[in-house]
Amino acid sequence: MEIEFTHKQAAHCENGVVSNLMRYNGFTVSEPMVFGIGSGLLFCYIPLLMVNHAPVMTYRAMPGFIFKRFAKRVGIKIKREKFKNPAAAKAQLDDNLNKNNPVGLQVGVYNLVYFPDEYRFHFNAHNLIVYGKENGRYLISDPIMEEVTSLTEKELEKVRFAKGAFPPNGHMYYPTSFPKELNLKPAIIKGIKHTCRDMLAPIPIVGVKGIRTIAKLIRKWPKKKGTKTANHYLGQVVRMQEEIGTGGGGFRYIYAAFLQEAGKLLENDRLVELSKEMTTIGDLWREFAVEASRIYKNRSAQDDAYNKVADQLEIIANREEKFFKKLRKAV
Amino acid sequence: MKREEVPQDKSNLESAHFRELCYAVDENGEYVTEHSTGWNPKTIALDNAIQEINERVATARQRVLSGERSPLEYYMELHKMDVGILASYIGLWQWRVKRHFKPSVFKRLSAKILQKYADIFEVTVEELKNIEGKGNCA
Repeated sequence: MEIEFTHKQAAHCENGVVSNLMRYNGFTVSEPMVFGIGSGLLFCYIPLLMVNHAPVMTYRAMPGFIFKRFAKRVGIKIKREKFKNPAAAKAQLDDNLNKNNPVGLQVGVYNLVYFPDEYRFHFNAHNLIVYGKENGRYLISDPIMEEVTSLTEKELEKVRFAKGAFPPNGHMYYPTSFPKELNLKPAIIKGIKHTCRDMLAPIPIVGVKGIRTIAKLIRKWPKKKGTKTANHYLGQVVRMQEEIGTGGGGFRYIYAAFLQEAGKLLENDRLVELSKEMTTIGDLWREFAVEASRIYKNRSAQDDAYNKVADQLEIIANREEKFFKKLRKAV
Repeated sequence: MKREEVPQDKSNLESAHFRELCYAVDENGEYVTEHSTGWNPKTIALDNAIQEINERVATARQRVLSGERSPLEYYMELHKMDVGILASYIGLWQWRVKRHFKPSVFKRLSAKILQKYADIFEVTVEELKNIEGKGNCA
């Protein structure tokens, strides 16, 4: 069976899944809108955890949070299920497809066969939609792909039960009830306030302070870890910022797009103005990535170069601090 | 980022017919979406990471061939895993997996556990025990 489903490519997987599921259920909500209302923007350094033998930081909310917050703020109910047993997970999925209900799944990327090899790392927070089954193959709408694709039963089971950090455990989710009309305005304001609170949180690893912490660490890396490791770490900072679809700005551009749309909807010119400022901040992140890539490209070991990118990060931190203080007052 | 600034660099995405969607502003300052074929700073970061992994695989291979370590270490690196990930796949504690890296312990592993490892790495038990024909690249 195949459910009639329109696939639309998105920049980021979770927003894309939510936006596509909403469209299927008759509500048009753009990807940036989902990202903004779900307070997707963040900066957080996760101490102690190592991925690919390098420290981890994230530029967005934890997987699952965007949808959770979005649903709560616009009044949708979602059902989430996790499984221990792959057979039970498959039965539930088939059951939903029989009921013409496309579902979102959390999957691991490593065994996702249609991904380019270079992108297949043990990263378990990818999201996609299953919208049907044909000749024993599941029909997949993966938001970061231009076109829809398909997976065999075995392939899907493998990615649903990937292991490692944040294992998906067959995690499946879908909306169950909707309000008569989506009231986005209060949801937008809540979303913005939440993001401001996160980014200005008085915790050394979160938000603006988190960026400063990373800047400090970068200064120490070449002396403490040696050039090779320092370059590897710096590469990871950029790779995390450059998750698929961020266009170099670590999700800042998507957020700017959200502010623009929100400003028009709320008839708040201040937000449209701030959207422009967010765009310039995104550009600064991009420049940081370019500068950092020069270091690890040449594999050079000048302390100076590391200090320079750390300075850039501190400038970004200052700009974002001012920005979110203004944004807090604008709504 | 302006629409015309959306990076269109050559990258390993191209070979997979894969384009990313980016958000950028058009000439009127409105946000629109644009496809990107890749961006050099990111490609370099990715290439370096891959190279790093390949180096780890090559070192592990040497260590296995010289009899210092069991083939499990090689396969772990080949599959971009670390001990934590491998342990969670096989469902054992990390210290047990680490112990299995010792050739003397590996030799005495039960057929059941060997089969489990082989399934995880998608090889036969024979291939699992003998890595001579295996390459250096992930």
